[in-house]
Amino acid sequence: MRRALVISIPYIWLIALFLIPFGIVLKIALSDPQISIPPYTPHFDLSAGWAGIKDFFSQLDFENFTWLTEDDLYWKAYLSSLRIALISTILTLLVGFPIAYAMAQAPKEWQPTLMMLIILPFWTSFLIRVYAWMGILSSEGFLNQFLLWTGLISAPLQIINTDWAVFIAIVYTYLPFMVLPIYATLEKLDPSYTEAAQDLGCSRAQAFWSVTIPLSKSGVIAGCFLVFIPVVGEFVIPSLLGGSKTLMIGKVLWEEFFSNRDWPVASAVAVILLLILIIPIVLFQKQQERAQEAET
Amino acid sequence: MKRFSLFNATSLTLGFAFLYVPILILVVYSFNSSRLVTVWAGFSTKWYGKLFNNEQFLDAALVTLKVGIASSCIATVLGTIAALVMVRGGKFRGRTLFSGMIYAPLVMPEVITGLSLLLLFIALGVDRGVFTIVLAHATFSMCYVSVVVSSRLVSFDESLEEAALDLGCTPFDAFKSVTLPIIAPAVISGWLLAFTLSLDDLVIASFTTGPSATTLPIKIYSAVRLGVSPEINALSTLLIGAVTIGVIVASLATKRAAVHRKRQEELARQED
Repeated sequence: MRRALVISIPYIWLIALFLIPFGIVLKIALSDPQISIPPYTPHFDLSAGWAGIKDFFSQLDFENFTWLTEDDLYWKAYLSSLRIALISTILTLLVGFPIAYAMAQAPKEWQPTLMMLIILPFWTSFLIRVYAWMGILSSEGFLNQFLLWTGLISAPLQIINTDWAVFIAIVYTYLPFMVLPIYATLEKLDPSYTEAAQDLGCSRAQAFWSVTIPLSKSGVIAGCFLVFIPVVGEFVIPSLLGGSKTLMIGKVLWEEFFSNRDWPVASAVAVILLLILIIPIVLFQKQQERAQEAET
Repeated sequence: MKRFSLFNATSLTLGFAFLYVPILILVVYSFNSSRLVTVWAGFSTKWYGKLFNNEQFLDAALVTLKVGIASSCIATVLGTIAALVMVRGGKFRGRTLFSGMIYAPLVMPEVITGLSLLLLFIALGVDRGVFTIVLAHATFSMCYVSVVVSSRLVSFDESLEEAALDLGCTPFDAFKSVTLPIIAPAVISGWLLAFTLSLDDLVIASFTTGPSATTLPIKIYSAVRLGVSPEINALSTLLIGAVTIGVIVASLATKRAAVHRKRQEELARQED
């Protein structure tokens, strides 16, 4: 009895503030836009009884979704978001793995400090970290000044307002999410495995590829999910550093909602985004549960 | 002891340079006397002076602090309970749904969470402002707290709590005097995480706020959209300073607590 009470507190909270809101998003995605407050129709009218409910459902339709397939802005934005998320996840992995590996190899007494140095930027505001790159990547920014000074380039590069600025900022801001899970698996790895492989005639590189990499798989997978899924819906980075050609669905949703005030279309965009992400999210959840069971 | 290779030293150096140089540039140029952020024109603290006279920023900072403290406290209580349910709850109906609702918010794009909560608040006819942001922040940060606390709970020996129950404690007493002190470091870092997540959030706050409450990230975002400005550099420097001090103090405190606990355990062992 008491146990049920304890379980029900967070359960009910999450159902009320996480699950039910998605139901509402779905409902509004099936509604029609209207110039009123709130700007959509139909509204749920319980006072009209069963007829009211029937009337309500009969007015819902898939018009907004048809609209999304007809205007190629939307599916281009979905594809472009997936592409940007995929490329930046790979880049983050390429940057993050060597750091995690080096951390795990470092002397034990350094490791807590190294870990804190990785986490510290994550505690400082995301917005500020994106903002920091605005001054670096702009055409008269520090990176261009530096490259001009070294003589590598003769005219400033256009980096800000391109996809490259978005990639750099994503790698920068999401790096801790990649490094920490990989470090966690590498740190637990028994060094005698690679030593055994080397004793059996593997070179260091072979031992790394055939022992270290496969054994760090769970950390790599967790890191990739933690970067990929939120990046697909990223808004701040493309809005501050991306150009007009950088299409990302998070930005489209934001503009539908705040600039066009078209709530039904914004909701339909969110529903499709969620449908795209539901598979990676479920895989991520399963992976986390398996990792937790392995601990106990 | 294995040799720390040149390759590893290089990746660490480059990695940390990548992480810290942008922040360092931001901090240095907050002391620039020129309005042009990329040209150094001499040392000055005038942007800090301007910042402290900007009442909009001060108001926003106050709102952000209120939201942060309230939401992180709610999130810590709910998240700790959720962690207990996840680790100790055993099998119960709807467990998969529950764990789904704990893990999904960790990766859910903020635009979706923000939009869905806003539509809920509108459907319920709640006045949007500090209260609605607190509810929104508490909801997503409780999941982070729960993950942090569960990772501590799984490594915790359950027999300690069973012993307390055998010795006549009520379940609540056993939790309060045995389990809670042991998981306390995780609960505290969960609170800190929830607090910083709340201070940091732009997207969810933008959706769930009303005209009455503007948080600092919303204010910063609307200023930053117009371009780089030294006042924002100054504000960022203050925030970075506060966070750095906070994290260092917290890590020293947990280290001291760990040393203290170890000493106590050794004393207890000697008395046996």
